[in-house]
Amino acid sequence: MNEFANRRLYIIVFFTLACAIMVGRLFYIQIVDGYYKLTADKNVMRYEVQYPARGLIYDRHGTLLVGNQTVYDIVVVPREVAAFDTAALSRALEIPPEQIRHTLGAIKAKARKTAAYQPALFHRQISVEAFALLQERWFKFPGFYAQARSIRSYPRRLAGNLIGYIGEADTSSIAADPFYTQGSYIGKIGIEYSYEKALRGKRGVSVYMRDVYNRVKNSYAEGKFDTAAVPGDYIVCTIDAELQEYGEHLMQNKMGSIVAIEPATGEILALVSSPNFDPELFIDVHRVAERNALISSPTKPLFNRAVMAQYPPGSIFKCINALIALQEGTATERTMHSCEGGYVFGKRYVGCHRHFSPVDLTQSLQVSCNTYYCHIFRSIMDGRGNLQEGFNAWRRHVESFGIGRKLGSDIPNELRGILPTTATYDRMHGANRWKSLSIISLAIGQGELGVTPLHMANIAATIANRGFYYTPHLVKSVRGRKPDSSFYVPRFTTINRRHFEPVVQGMHYAVTQAGGTAHIAQIAGVDLCGKTGTAQNPHGEDHSVFICFAPKNNPQIAVAVYVENGGAGAKWAAPTASLIVEKYLKKTISRTWCEDYVVNGNLTQQNGVQAKQ
Amino acid sequence: MAYRRSNNLLARVDWSTVLIWMALMAIGLLCIYTSGFNEDYPRFFDAHNQSRNQAIWVGMACVIAILVMMVERQLFNLLSTGLYIFALLLVVFTLIFGQEINGSKSWLSLGVVSIQPVEFMKVATALMLAKVVSAHGFRMQNLGNAARAIAVILAPFMLTLLQHDTGSALVFTAFIIVLYRAGLRTWILISCLFLIFLFILSLLVEQAAILIFISLLCNGIFMVMSRRYKTGFVNITIVAVATLALHFGLRQAEIYLPLFEALILAHAAMLPIIAIYAWWHRLRYIFFIVGFFIVSCGITYSVDYVFDNVLKEHQRRRINDMLGIESDIKGWGYNVHQSKIAIGSGGLTGKGFMGGMQTKGNFVPEQSTDFIFCTVGEEWGFLGATLVVGLYLLLLIRVLNMAERQKSAFAKFYGYGVAAILFFHVAVNIGMTIGIMPVVGIPLPFLSYGGSSLWAFTILLFVLLKFDVARYEY
Repeated sequence: MNEFANRRLYIIVFFTLACAIMVGRLFYIQIVDGYYKLTADKNVMRYEVQYPARGLIYDRHGTLLVGNQTVYDIVVVPREVAAFDTAALSRALEIPPEQIRHTLGAIKAKARKTAAYQPALFHRQISVEAFALLQERWFKFPGFYAQARSIRSYPRRLAGNLIGYIGEADTSSIAADPFYTQGSYIGKIGIEYSYEKALRGKRGVSVYMRDVYNRVKNSYAEGKFDTAAVPGDYIVCTIDAELQEYGEHLMQNKMGSIVAIEPATGEILALVSSPNFDPELFIDVHRVAERNALISSPTKPLFNRAVMAQYPPGSIFKCINALIALQEGTATERTMHSCEGGYVFGKRYVGCHRHFSPVDLTQSLQVSCNTYYCHIFRSIMDGRGNLQEGFNAWRRHVESFGIGRKLGSDIPNELRGILPTTATYDRMHGANRWKSLSIISLAIGQGELGVTPLHMANIAATIANRGFYYTPHLVKSVRGRKPDSSFYVPRFTTINRRHFEPVVQGMHYAVTQAGGTAHIAQIAGVDLCGKTGTAQNPHGEDHSVFICFAPKNNPQIAVAVYVENGGAGAKWAAPTASLIVEKYLKKTISRTWCEDYVVNGNLTQQNGVQAKQ
Repeated sequence: MAYRRSNNLLARVDWSTVLIWMALMAIGLLCIYTSGFNEDYPRFFDAHNQSRNQAIWVGMACVIAILVMMVERQLFNLLSTGLYIFALLLVVFTLIFGQEINGSKSWLSLGVVSIQPVEFMKVATALMLAKVVSAHGFRMQNLGNAARAIAVILAPFMLTLLQHDTGSALVFTAFIIVLYRAGLRTWILISCLFLIFLFILSLLVEQAAILIFISLLCNGIFMVMSRRYKTGFVNITIVAVATLALHFGLRQAEIYLPLFEALILAHAAMLPIIAIYAWWHRLRYIFFIVGFFIVSCGITYSVDYVFDNVLKEHQRRRINDMLGIESDIKGWGYNVHQSKIAIGSGGLTGKGFMGGMQTKGNFVPEQSTDFIFCTVGEEWGFLGATLVVGLYLLLLIRVLNMAERQKSAFAKFYGYGVAAILFFHVAVNIGMTIGIMPVVGIPLPFLSYGGSSLWAFTILLFVLLKFDVARYEY
């Protein structure tokens, strides 16, 4: 064993060598190289966070929807605060001296626990002008600094719900992502929320040296250790600002929504949720009261009705039932049914309004015959000889239109809607205790059905495309790149393309033919296809519904309009939708009477609540 | 025995080691006090200060030291296997139930205190390795014996890696010093060092340049060993001409062969000729040189792959930073940069106790734990820093001398294990604060803030002192 005893010496030599290298290196950095001494000698570095400018948002034609403006936040480093003239600061910042003392006391108390060298937020958002005034008196307030920050500006004041707003990050966001600290901003709803990661950019830091008077002297090491803030990515959304603005104009004093989609791409052209709100309320920290009023308003302006409200679809659903019957082979184009004011079964009946009779499938859509669809619906349910199978087949078809599930758009909080299953009815009636008659309301889009306006617009787009849709989405590109590949995959329904023609024809007749339910929506020179709906609901007056697309061939736009408690579909929804189509396709409105009628329509009184525009 | 039984225990204690131990702990206390200094709580023993905690831990370390000295010597030998297995289980347990701090799952919470089992794993591994290596008839040359020794090191190494605690895992590689003392062939040790050197070189220099370097090195070794200088030069010339012909000649045919590939091809073409030459002249060592050459090329070629695919992002960054390839000042480079400023600003004599602007301003993160040496450098200057390095060197030499004078092989190899662990910690920790080692989070023995490491190092050292005291008892 002792044959290796001399190795102790080698090890000692090795250790000594290593220590010599360390001492040599110490000698170099402590004595030879003056750089380190220079940087540290009596100078202390100050780190200033560089907030990136948040990404801008443009509409589809490059109109700026959301921009940025500069304000200053006052921060304070507790350890550096010396005695200062509270009254002078009070005048400069326009806040009462008591508040200054109170805030400073709170910051100091908190700083005991953490590092007192960390800047803490003292006062938020002073304007560029106030900052300029303050800057020349800066030296009087040691420990106080200003940090430029860019906040949002809204040149068009449009689409509050769609764009969303930013607010201070809450504790859970701060815990989940180190990017956020106390007081940093985060998108709360809308595009600001769903594209937060792209919009927020990257924070940078500037390192400064200070002299003994606490004044920032110069950039440390010629900015070698500074990192530039990387501005957020700009976003081009699919919205047409003109159309959006017009939609909001039309929906004033009404509750509900408008969704317009370009069928060939799934791009959302307009998405109106009414009542709307002014996004500027959320950028000014000093407008708390107005904001709180908005948040607690009974009409829920912050609630994006276009994707978060589930309504019964009403008669627009007949289009889908007609398509299913054609696909299942339980009806053809030429199937005729006569209508004597309703569909009677036992002691109950589904009523219908007055129209010519009998009607075939196309005419049934034109006049929106309830009786016809009760026949059709029963034929689908019982067509396979087994109610369960019939129902499940029907359900599969309906689901292929995106109903009953989230469409997967980039709008936050999208709802899935309601689509019943056999289990739903087993629960309601008992297993096998229900028949096609028990669920007959589904024939006319009532009963256990719930769809959002986005779903409805998507149905219109699907029919316009004759059998497929692209996931509706709000963003065209993020810094020139496509946002999500799933937006570009066509989603085919289970309905064969050829079955769409008679339905499209029916929708065309509804607008163009005398006796058509949506005759009011007719626009000269535009081949509009539409379907009205009058959705009964337990909350009062019927909802006015309309879906449409135009032109009939090679459609450019598909629209769904839902006006809460607006009565018949032809009363409010159909004219509104037709104006949207006209605006989009022809840029000008020829039917000024129609425009006046819709704009002046005020449903707020009748609803008993004051909707705020 | 010259000593009377009543006082021989105290008299035989290696007091110089104990004094160094105490001096280091005292320096640590002072540094922790200044680096954690807060004007609101200026008193040393204030409950808010880290220095109070450290003082308590130092007190307990003294108690632990005395307790260790009272344990029967034979017990360490008997219990080493049990302790080793227990420590391994504890690490596994931590891996499953431990707390995650700074990305590594290495803390075990025991109610009021949290400990890092890996610190105690080091002691257990030193004991276990000593036991294996000191076994009767153990020879490093015996493959089975060597494998057993390496397995003892590898098990805690792998487990610690699993905890994402790369720094602590690397500590176990230091045990190669024990293997070296036990008879590991020198060329294996040198090869290992060369491989590390090659790894770093590959990151810094073009692959082709390294290949040329290795090729010249191999030819040089051949020429020195065989004294056939002419043959060597002929070989170099042929390879050089072939390489250039491949590299530039093929370009005429519009085939672009990179220099690295051209070099490989040229060397590969020469290999059969060299083999025939070696066989003809019965020069067996040529085969070793060729083997060395091939392995070196393989390493050079695979370093980029390992670096890009095996190492984690933060490890890549720390190595890059140390090598000066890319300076990410706000990331890990920031720590090292601030640390260098703090140390560098100390100058010759330092700014004096409590005078450190950089260390007091909380500019260096992890200041009282892994970067405690900054405070030494800033406040005590070059003289103080050299003194601390000198104290460590003195301690290491004392430990090695103590180890070598042990009669029992177990105690001897344990002593080398102690030296290995201490050396690795000192070299890597101080090395990283002055920017010559990558940033790996391991504490500076006896100085860094923290109970686990202080106690573990104390146990480590005092077990050896105990062996030393009892070295005549056979």
